[in-house]
Amino acid sequence: MSLIVKRITRYTVGLILLYGIYIVLHGHLTPGGGFAGGVIISLSFIHFVLAFGRKEAKKNIPEQFLSLGESFGAMFFLAIGLLGITAGFFFLNFIANTGTPFSLFSAGTIPFCNIAIGLKVGTGLFAIFIVLSVFKLSGEGDKK
Amino acid sequence: MDIVLFLTGFYALLMKRNLIKKVIGFGIMEYAVNLFLILVGYRSSGEAPILDNKASDMLFVDPLPQALILTSIVIGLGVTALMVGLCIRIYQHYGTFDIAEIRRLRG
Amino acid sequence: MTNFLVIFVALPLFAAFALPVMARFLKRGFDMLSAVVTGILSLCALCIIFNPPAFPLVYSMGSWQAPFGITWLLDSLSAFMLLVVNGITFFVSVYSINYMEQYTGKWKYYCLFMLMLAGLNGVVLSADIFNLYVFLEITAISSYALIAFGTGAEEVEASFKYMVLGSVASAFILIGIGFLYAKTSTLNMFDMANVLSATGASSKPLLFVSSLFIVGFGLKSALVPFHAWLPDAHPSAPAPISAMLSGLVIKTIGIYALVRIVFNVFGINFVTSQLLLALGGISMFVGVILAIGQWDFKRLLAYHSISQIGYVVCGIALGTPLGVAGGIFHLLNHSIFKSLLFLNAGSVEYATGTRDLKKLGNLQEVMPHTSWTSLAASLSIAGIPPFCGFWSKLVIIIALFQADRPFYASLAILVGIITLGSFLKIQKYVFYRKVKEKFSKIKEAPALMCLSMAGLAVLCFAVGIFFKPFFGKVIMPAAEILIAGKEYFITILGG
Repeated sequence: MSLIVKRITRYTVGLILLYGIYIVLHGHLTPGGGFAGGVIISLSFIHFVLAFGRKEAKKNIPEQFLSLGESFGAMFFLAIGLLGITAGFFFLNFIANTGTPFSLFSAGTIPFCNIAIGLKVGTGLFAIFIVLSVFKLSGEGDKK
Repeated sequence: MDIVLFLTGFYALLMKRNLIKKVIGFGIMEYAVNLFLILVGYRSSGEAPILDNKASDMLFVDPLPQALILTSIVIGLGVTALMVGLCIRIYQHYGTFDIAEIRRLRG
Repeated sequence: MTNFLVIFVALPLFAAFALPVMARFLKRGFDMLSAVVTGILSLCALCIIFNPPAFPLVYSMGSWQAPFGITWLLDSLSAFMLLVVNGITFFVSVYSINYMEQYTGKWKYYCLFMLMLAGLNGVVLSADIFNLYVFLEITAISSYALIAFGTGAEEVEASFKYMVLGSVASAFILIGIGFLYAKTSTLNMFDMANVLSATGASSKPLLFVSSLFIVGFGLKSALVPFHAWLPDAHPSAPAPISAMLSGLVIKTIGIYALVRIVFNVFGINFVTSQLLLALGGISMFVGVILAIGQWDFKRLLAYHSISQIGYVVCGIALGTPLGVAGGIFHLLNHSIFKSLLFLNAGSVEYATGTRDLKKLGNLQEVMPHTSWTSLAASLSIAGIPPFCGFWSKLVIIIALFQADRPFYASLAILVGIITLGSFLKIQKYVFYRKVKEKFSKIKEAPALMCLSMAGLAVLCFAVGIFFKPFFGKVIMPAAEILIAGKEYFITILGG
């Protein structure tokens, strides 16, 4: 990619990531939430790969982060649901009535669920993109 | 209009010979089904269903189908990603995207 | 106390998400995890059957009650299906500890396997129609990926065919859900039954939605106009996945979901019953006729799956107590013996490397365990007493005669005879034929595979011997729920 693209990308990657985090965190106040914010977070990573190539991306975004991020996002979501059991039911919103309505710290467990989903969707979509752009047989899953 | 979109996607999924065009047809069909679900919840002269600080008792459109199609869009994303991955593997084995030549299983 | 119900979905999901992390740090021990998880779940299902809490048990997620929230329902039918799903999955996961040594990337297989189990349990438990759709999609997507697991040429072709048809089915089901929501403005099945009972059961919108659901769920369960994906998909999958697909998935996301909606939410009426009976009869006949000319072991078994699912649908579509009970009993028996047959085919392929009936032979001497269990399963599917298949086929045929349908009953008897002939052919060609050379140096399958096959064969025999108490205690309460129809769900909503 040309110099102009690389230069601009250096500035916009952080902005897109920040915008995605904003949408995830305000999921209970404005439209958006976990999935939409997660897609935007993954877009920032994909933007980086498209501009700089995969070798640069491998240096800056470690591979461990992708698979661990996916697993921990999903397990965090399940853990929130199971914690609800201690207060009565599966996925009970057990901190529902603390905090003032319409501010950032309201709606109980919903912001945490949004964060978990945003993490999982962000890393998951980026992992799909990386895997689909590898056009050679990697040997996984084949019969020996 | 929604029926036309659904039938277009359905036609592309069934009758086109290229695998990628089938995937695109499936995508159009998914859009049509999601559009149908949102339209079920539409109320004429309704507002976007966001609860705000200003107290208002105006008419909202139904928010439940919007939650349903969020889930449905995510499912469609997963299926599309899996389909495209399979298309790549089919190309590596058969060397073509033409469905008439991918017929080793018969009988 | 009732919170333990979430274990059926939460535990496999947790295992599936923890597996990538575990596989990064441990190299060997994670295949025991799936066997442990399924063992725990089948013990839970057995406890529910033999020590039942007060049925029907309605569990509301997050304490949002019906009709606003998502509810789960545990009654005799759900408990029966939970037992079938978790029990068969336990045997299959024990089998796959040794079988999947042939493939690389084993932890991905277990991850998808646990996701499929979570989806199956969720479909069985759910009493909210969109929740049922979401778990159905989880199961379906995991099965698409698992069929293509070997990434050979035939597997990806079969998986792509299944994926296209399966997505069309899901689109039809979603349109049906949209129409139902437009008509009743609720997604909860109890409330839906309440609102729909005000309109008649034969009104035009309801018939249209029923036909959409029959197309959608019928495609998932391979009824006959929609069966074209099954003979390609089931043989190409790895053998434990073929057993899961043919033994569990087409029954849970196809027949159980369809029957739950059509019987308990809409209320069974004459037109739907006739349509399902006709589709079941055609499935029985077409499946077994197409199986006559097959020489591939697993493809023949897949065609017989179509035929036996036709039996189940014929039985349940009758709507009489004996018919529904016979259909449900045949569902259980088919899970047991068809899974066992696919596991046998897998172990034959593991040892000899081929599935072609013309090339196999003389395996009775070198693989005695596989041979005896295959004999038990073949006698069971052909309907020979005292194995389990005989009782369920007998009940279905008697129910068809009692409901004044001699044509379907004689069709069922004819199909049974042709099935017997087909399986005698398999037994002769694979196990008892004297072939001069090559197969004298192969060994029997590894120990865990033989253990799981022996366990399923013992089940085949035991369900047949202890047929009467099993039928009365487990099958008849499940059948009564379906026969009670809409009123059952309406009384749950009221009380």
